[in-house]
Amino acid sequence: MPVSLANSQVIYEALRACDVKIMSALPETWLVHLIRMADDDPEVTLIRVAKEEEAIGISAGAHLAGVSSALLMQNHGFLAAINPIVSLALLYKIPLLMLISYRGHMGERDPWQTQGGMVTEPLLKTLGIPTWHLSNPQDAQRRIKDAQTLAHASLSPVAVLLTRELMWEE
Amino acid sequence: MLRIDALQAIYPEVKDHIVVTIMGAVAVELYTIGHRHNFFYLEHAMGLASSMGLGIAVAMPRHKVIVIDGDGSLLMNLGTLSTMARYSPGNLVHIVFDNQSLLSVGGFPTATATGTDLAGVARACAVPEVAEADTPERLKQAVAGALAGGKLTTIVSKVEAIGPKSFHMDLPLLENRFQFKRALEALRQHE
Repeated sequence: MPVSLANSQVIYEALRACDVKIMSALPETWLVHLIRMADDDPEVTLIRVAKEEEAIGISAGAHLAGVSSALLMQNHGFLAAINPIVSLALLYKIPLLMLISYRGHMGERDPWQTQGGMVTEPLLKTLGIPTWHLSNPQDAQRRIKDAQTLAHASLSPVAVLLTRELMWEE
Repeated sequence: MLRIDALQAIYPEVKDHIVVTIMGAVAVELYTIGHRHNFFYLEHAMGLASSMGLGIAVAMPRHKVIVIDGDGSLLMNLGTLSTMARYSPGNLVHIVFDNQSLLSVGGFPTATATGTDLAGVARACAVPEVAEADTPERLKQAVAGALAGGKLTTIVSKVEAIGPKSFHMDLPLLENRFQFKRALEALRQHE
């Protein structure tokens, strides 16, 4: 599978450097290595959700309990979670660190991914969610940490879009 | 059984623990019986009170967390039962008041009115302890048992579709949110 193991490792280490203790995820191809790393890490609780909406609730609970969390989701999972992002995270001023695999954008071959790819950034913008693109592994540590810092300071969701250049090797 | 009577009966059991409720009648009634800073009322995002409870329970394993859910909310997020069961935090108690209706938005019947059995769904999802309690005394017993038992428990209680006269709560939702976070911080400091 041409999902980059090396870059997944870099992303995972960046998350661990942010003291993330709870990660939620729903299996998705680009996230397989990250999910395995979380699963194998005794210091991290991985919660595999049935639908991404749940993950917003889980991260909200973790935040109120004083524990840092991160969400691993595909952009279609972000789309599935729009209502709780609005009526839980934004309404209640809950910080979220969302790592979103950016499917359906430049280089996408799967026609079914493309519609979601085209609306992801416009929706993030509409919701006022600050967004980093992550394409270069050298930026991972800094951008993920900065995203978490802004999420906590602004009490708002923040998105890090994991691009094809970073996640897919071919 | 009236939900207010059920809440009165379990109030002494739950008042010192972390409580997350859904919006509407449950929130107003618990608030009226006696608001505490360790109570959080999720005033929107229907279905996610249990997911929040799961997040808190995993983050604070030494503290008991009680979620007070409803049939309409749980039906919006049935997947939560499978996720809770998968991780089964022993410090989480999930109470579901089933009034078979969406009371605060016109009283339309939910699917439990036509036979959906939420306790059965919880069992089928592999929630380790599932109880049904249809009187205040039995509910109190079930909650006390679940708090003492250390196993994830879902308790389904059928209640009448009667709510409070007013849904007003003198507690802005952000005040509740920050109060609650501080209360949880204080609990952690006493660990």
